[in-house]
Amino acid sequence: MEPGEIHALLGENGAGKSTLMNVLYGLYQPDEGEILVDGKPLKLRGPSDAIAAGIGMVHQHFMLVPVFTVAENIMLGAEQVRGGIAGFLDRRRARREVAEVSERYNLRVDPDAVIEDLPVGVQQRVEIVKALTRDVDLLILDEPTAVLTPQETEELLTVMRSLKAAGKSIVFITHKLGEVKAIADRITVIRRGKTVGTASPEASRDELAALMVGRTVRLTVDKTPATPGGPVLELSGLVVDDDRQVRAVDGVDLTVRAGEVLGVAGVQGNGQTELIEAIMGLRPVLAGTVTLDGQRIDGWSTKKVLRAGVGYVPEDRSVDGLVKEFTVAENLVLDMYDRPPFGRGLSLRPDEIGRSARERIEQFDVRTSSADAPVGTLSGGNQQKVIVARELSRPLKLFIAAQPTRGVDVGSIEFIHSRVVHERDIGTAVLVVSSELDEVIGLADRIAVMYRGRIIGVVGPDTPREEIGLLMAGITPDATGGSPADGAGPTATTDPDVVATTDADVVSDTGTPATTDRDVPATTDGVVSAEGPGSEDEKDR
Amino acid sequence: MSTTAVPDVAVAPVDEGFWTRTRKVGLVLVGLGLLATVLFGALATGEQARFTLSEDAAGAALEVNGTVGAIVFGLIALAAGAAMLAGLPKRLFIPVLAVGLVAFVLSFLCWQVSAAPTGQNFMPLVNIVRGTFLLALPLIFGSLAGVLCERSGVVNVAIEGQLLMGAFSGALFGSISGSVWVGLLAAAVGGSFISLLLAVFSIRYLVDQVVMGIVLNLLAVGITGFLYERLMQTDAARYNSAPRFSNWEIPLLSDIPVLGPALFRGNIFLYLALLLVLVIHIALFRTRWGLRTRSVGEHPTAADTLGVRVLGLRYRNVIMAGAVAGIGGASYTLALFSFTKNMIGGKGFIALAALIFGRWSPTGALLAALFFGFADQLATYLGAINSVIPGQFLAMLPYLATILAVAGLVGRVRAPAADGKPYIKG
Repeated sequence: MEPGEIHALLGENGAGKSTLMNVLYGLYQPDEGEILVDGKPLKLRGPSDAIAAGIGMVHQHFMLVPVFTVAENIMLGAEQVRGGIAGFLDRRRARREVAEVSERYNLRVDPDAVIEDLPVGVQQRVEIVKALTRDVDLLILDEPTAVLTPQETEELLTVMRSLKAAGKSIVFITHKLGEVKAIADRITVIRRGKTVGTASPEASRDELAALMVGRTVRLTVDKTPATPGGPVLELSGLVVDDDRQVRAVDGVDLTVRAGEVLGVAGVQGNGQTELIEAIMGLRPVLAGTVTLDGQRIDGWSTKKVLRAGVGYVPEDRSVDGLVKEFTVAENLVLDMYDRPPFGRGLSLRPDEIGRSARERIEQFDVRTSSADAPVGTLSGGNQQKVIVARELSRPLKLFIAAQPTRGVDVGSIEFIHSRVVHERDIGTAVLVVSSELDEVIGLADRIAVMYRGRIIGVVGPDTPREEIGLLMAGITPDATGGSPADGAGPTATTDPDVVATTDADVVSDTGTPATTDRDVPATTDGVVSAEGPGSEDEKDR
Repeated sequence: MSTTAVPDVAVAPVDEGFWTRTRKVGLVLVGLGLLATVLFGALATGEQARFTLSEDAAGAALEVNGTVGAIVFGLIALAAGAAMLAGLPKRLFIPVLAVGLVAFVLSFLCWQVSAAPTGQNFMPLVNIVRGTFLLALPLIFGSLAGVLCERSGVVNVAIEGQLLMGAFSGALFGSISGSVWVGLLAAAVGGSFISLLLAVFSIRYLVDQVVMGIVLNLLAVGITGFLYERLMQTDAARYNSAPRFSNWEIPLLSDIPVLGPALFRGNIFLYLALLLVLVIHIALFRTRWGLRTRSVGEHPTAADTLGVRVLGLRYRNVIMAGAVAGIGGASYTLALFSFTKNMIGGKGFIALAALIFGRWSPTGALLAALFFGFADQLATYLGAINSVIPGQFLAMLPYLATILAVAGLVGRVRAPAADGKPYIKG
């Protein structure tokens, strides 16, 4: 890093950007490697060391105490005190300091306002002021625009420019190409914990997107062309909120036909989870319809949806997919325990459950010491196979797999993929959601890209991955964007306005600033084991 | 842990319609006022109800005709309720509520005192005030211990055990050494011992803090019970006859009517409790230690990123809390009684209720403790004048009030956000 430079760190979620910066801020300890400041190696035992070395950080999730005032938050940890050992807070001095910094960098904040009453954009300003009062030379901004409205983003960029003019260096972490091009002096792209390239802001969006999404070893899936039948699952105008009552799915129309695999690609946190949960009856549908084989199923209980012939592999197997303390056999009948042949009246039939379990363990190649072993003792891949075995043992019309191979070893991935394709071949409609683009490309017959709660485009599996990457970043190809295009899609153009427009839409439609964190730090390592980011923290400035 | 969600979730104005909280409380108060005016007014007798400014029937007194008093104060409560129903500005809510409730209590007292057997139509205010503080004393210490702990994010259910341990070690070491001061120190150490266990297991080993607190209470009962039987009872003169702090009269202040004799001729524990409330309140809201304590209790990750040592601060506060509660326990054994098995008898849990009722603030906890103490004292008084209201019924009221308070009827009760959540770095 040079003084007075804005250095953008670009990468997908889970690429290791935030981890790297947390190491730099002393929150995590590096496993290997060193940090150089002014040519000297720096050992950071904690954030206070980092602050002393002139490094400040604005975290993705703000580090502000909601019930404190702005001044209290800013002085915390570096309090000016009077009265010797008693340590009375010098609030007047703190206020003055806040006022001074606000003045100098044109960052208006009211020192006496309580944080929880402030809009997100102002909270962020407080974070920046907090860092500046500590006299930092290097400011790390972790996904600063993720929670901002376009107007607030614009303001932030102005602030960054003025900080730069004042000689501060800034590390700007993001996955939004438009902002990077607008502000950065230098760009480093990170993928899976490794630096994959540096670029200048003159580089085109296509180049940057290509670097970001990468060309990793493609896992080939053997399959014949699909022979799709009639529509099985139809979504129309689906609207769903997330846990914080923020719109997560915003008018999705989607059709999955019998005998095809529809893959949903997208950066995590763009509404995929909520979409699937809404179909499964795990989350209320606020508007729109879900139709299975011509029958409305929205508003149904999950049990009823499952009984209607839907198989479901949830994205977090340890939380939603399995009861870890239960045995493999028990987990295999979680869906059918009350039905013959496993249940009779009020009692279970252990013999029948055990027999069926041994059969399926064989059939799905689950590596376990016995059917009576607690499922938590199995490896991730084998746990996943237990879920797949359970879900594929019923006659299905629709099979939904969310992140089916996350944290799963390569052998199990192959097996699970082949079962998914097999299910398609026997005429089931299959919906696969994955944040692994390779997986989606490998499995899907059609790919729907989700961005900010919407299907931003539906493309064929032969579409260049760079183009899908652009879609994932919210950049639609010219004009034809959104239409289902089989085969080669139109070439991607880079229209800088598109990103902003999409942002504005989301905001105005939901009526709330998009305060939700759209990109939960993902652990998308799995297919190719990701390098520990700790080995990558060589950073000199 | 994200702060970003807070504004749009918490601040979004909930459309309450006509029935705001003020109006709901106002309705309840109107009901109480009606009850007081009609029922208490009808039941009260024409006797003069005398509130004497001394310890007995003698001397100056505030006097009011029983019926008149019950009706007038009932009407005041009614008016306060009506004002709330009419739509009262938010900042007047607490004062008006206080006026209404006090008027209701006074109306009740007018009835009770005037209806008492002949010759007993008086209420000695000095006794009532002194008794209130005396009964509130362990609650004040206990809830201050709660404040220290919970403001830094560690739930302290072990107050009972800390009080008991303090009472026990105060009695034991006070007896052995023959010095009240050694006893006081030992009480503080005894209380800290229990809270040290709480700290180690909840901060270091991440054991559930509530479960740990309950276990520690049982442990304290067990240890002190065992040692009481096997040690103290073998030679009570040697091991369980601690010297007692004498009462100190504070010049000038002790001459104030009612409050003087009730408060300023007390023992060291009373003064210490009031002093601690003041000191902790100021420290919590005006010093560096206080700011850091509160930040660690609200958002430890934020504090950590600013170089505050989260775990160290929690250890320190939890241990200090134990010392405060230990001294509270000694307010029994070094001033009033010799040690007996399980002598705290649930006061630690009532202190926990006072902490919540007082919204985790030292002064709030003081007021809540006094309220509980007053109800307790009133129950005793009513028993003495053979009231138709059973004392047990009154003794129950504070807990009912706590439930209402926790349910959010009297302002938003909000615990420190990270209370009870262990902090795991990274």
